[in-house]
Amino acid sequence: MNAHSPRAQRLAARRAATQARIDTLSPPAAPAWAAPLRAAAFARLADMGLPEKRDEYWRYTDPARLTAASPPEADVFRVTDEPAMYEGVDRLKLVFTDGVFDADASDPVAGEGIEISRLAEAAETPWSRDLYGALEARAQAPVPRPMAALNTAMATDGVLIRVTGVVSRPVSVIYRRTDPAAEATLHHLLRLEEGAELTLLENGPVAARSSIVIEADLADRAVLHHIRTMGRDHQRIAVTHLFARLGADARLKSFTLSMNGALVRNEAMLWLDGKGGVAHVAGAALGDGAFHHDDTVFIAHRAPGCESRQVFKKVLRTNAIGVFQGKILVERAAQLTDGYQISQSLLLDERSQFLAKPELEIYADDVKCSHGSTSGEIDADHLFYLRARGVPEDEAKLLLVLAFLAEALDEIERGELVEDMQQRLRGWLERHSH
Amino acid sequence: MLEINNLHVKLEDEDKQILKGLTLSVEAGSVHAIMGPNGSGKSTLSYVLSGRDGYQVTDGTATLDGEDLLSMEPEDRAAAGLFLAFQYPVEIPGVGNMTFLRTALNAQRKARGEPEVSAGDFLKLVRAKARDLKIDADMLKRPVNVGFSGGEKKRNEILQMAMLQPRMCILDETDSGLDVDAMKLVSDGVNALRDAGRAFLVITHYQRLLDHIRPDVVHIMAAGRIVKTGGPDLALEVEQNGYADILAEVGA
Ligand SMILES: Nc1ncnc2c1ncn2[C@@H]1O[C@H](COP(=O)(O)OP(=O)(O)O)[C@@H](O)[C@H]1O
Ligand SMILES: [Mg+2]
Repeated sequence: MNAHSPRAQRLAARRAATQARIDTLSPPAAPAWAAPLRAAAFARLADMGLPEKRDEYWRYTDPARLTAASPPEADVFRVTDEPAMYEGVDRLKLVFTDGVFDADASDPVAGEGIEISRLAEAAETPWSRDLYGALEARAQAPVPRPMAALNTAMATDGVLIRVTGVVSRPVSVIYRRTDPAAEATLHHLLRLEEGAELTLLENGPVAARSSIVIEADLADRAVLHHIRTMGRDHQRIAVTHLFARLGADARLKSFTLSMNGALVRNEAMLWLDGKGGVAHVAGAALGDGAFHHDDTVFIAHRAPGCESRQVFKKVLRTNAIGVFQGKILVERAAQLTDGYQISQSLLLDERSQFLAKPELEIYADDVKCSHGSTSGEIDADHLFYLRARGVPEDEAKLLLVLAFLAEALDEIERGELVEDMQQRLRGWLERHSH
Repeated sequence: MLEINNLHVKLEDEDKQILKGLTLSVEAGSVHAIMGPNGSGKSTLSYVLSGRDGYQVTDGTATLDGEDLLSMEPEDRAAAGLFLAFQYPVEIPGVGNMTFLRTALNAQRKARGEPEVSAGDFLKLVRAKARDLKIDADMLKRPVNVGFSGGEKKRNEILQMAMLQPRMCILDETDSGLDVDAMKLVSDGVNALRDAGRAFLVITHYQRLLDHIRPDVVHIMAAGRIVKTGGPDLALEVEQNGYADILAEVGA
């Protein structure tokens, strides 16, 4: 590249601006062992620069509100009309209030086959030192993910979980907000040893603006279920990254329910490194009004005989915008890959918008990959059929919207959670039907 | 029970008149058949009566037990006792057959001020009715009509009718696509529902169905009107000679 080309000049300007921003930041001192890892993340960030709207990767989502030096205040939104999430589920609760681990509100950490610590106080262990920032760094190619590097550099807290056995009691990370101005940067590490199993639940509003990174390292035959609900706060600005590598025959299922929110970008980058791995990422997002929700997913098949599914459904109303960027990469070695990707939006009026960029990149010759993307309204024939049987219009629409979302909800393995989610979806649809 | 008087209907978006002065009266306890060539407006009549969008009534009336059907929402017509077995039942992915049926049944009962049917009672009832129609448990669990064969869809329509117990049943070519055995099942299902308080309007092309469901009155429809009305023999006449003679005779 010519140093005087417009592109080179733009990159230079971007690096300068990013460096100026970095110079204003002071990374958390704890834990001490993370200091060099944070410095490395800053170096990555300085090199790639903060994202800009003109980047291909941010074409549909303007990152300005994510990169601004400080976020606007956001009302603390209290949910009073629904029971707390996962209320009936026996789980280990870990609470973060305004982005800080809240020991008083959390359960005592205990359990067979599981070690848990909080990032801000975590003692140095080989696994955590090896993992912190490692998958984020790996995810910087083929496209840079500067918001994730910024997170590694600046994360103040998070949970570090190492699982050595089959843990049936879910770990439930609960976010709470009290401060309208708070910003939160959290970084969670999950290390699942061979054959280990864990269910990780996340729910609740994190902060006015938040960045959460999860780095998950699944050894052979490990199983991770990740179920996340993002709260109902309307002014939420959030970016999340799920990075996971899967060993042979490892399985990962991640599902996100997202309602409301001003700007949400959920990225996932998964590597199927060992043969026979299974990775499913799914999401249901519902928005009405000033809502911009972006799911950006990259799944790399690097070994033979792996399966991946991406199932993303959005229900959009009154100018809401939904974005899906999804890619399946099948490397030459990944014969007998089974890859599936579907992204669909149901537009409840003509003012809403769905932008999708599904991609397949395949270098192996014996693979089965399919993808599809649609956007449409409620089917008039379906609606009439239900009404002709006596189902009132609002109820019929509700059934059809839930039907539209069903394929995404099918990705949740625990039945009792599915019903809970359905109730919440129902609630949202009832609140947003007029 | 069902009174249709001088009904004129055109397409909403097009300047196309489909029903052109249709008059028909179906009394409680009776079975009326409508036969007629393709395109004569039989399905349009069934859709307009059940309240589908896309049609505009330009003249005439239709009442059920004296109530103006045409001003009611589709769901209110259903609750009032009107039922249409669709010529082409739609597939609805993601909506379970059972959920759908129970929602429909209880919505109708609620609209009529009747108590809801409990999950347990509903299950018992639907299983018994399904058995009669040889609809297996697996079909009940699947999404509405998804992956059903043509005949299965038609049997599913009759199952819904048996569950909802409507008083005015319109069957739009329920026999098309049915083999002999399925035809028998469907007819038995319909005949089991025949009683003094209920009426049927059976739209069909073929005499065959009318061998099983014996009509009291047969109407011939052409170009958006009833052009001839008679007894069961009229259906036999159509079967033997086609519509040409009748249409010529009435100058339609
Ligand atoms: N929605 C529609 N759009 C266009 N044409 C229609 C529509 N509905 C009915 N028609 C036309 O109206 C006429 C009557 O159709 P239909 O009621 O289906 O007749 P039948 O059921 O007797 O075969 C046909 O010419 C058909 O093409
Ligand atoms: Mg027809």
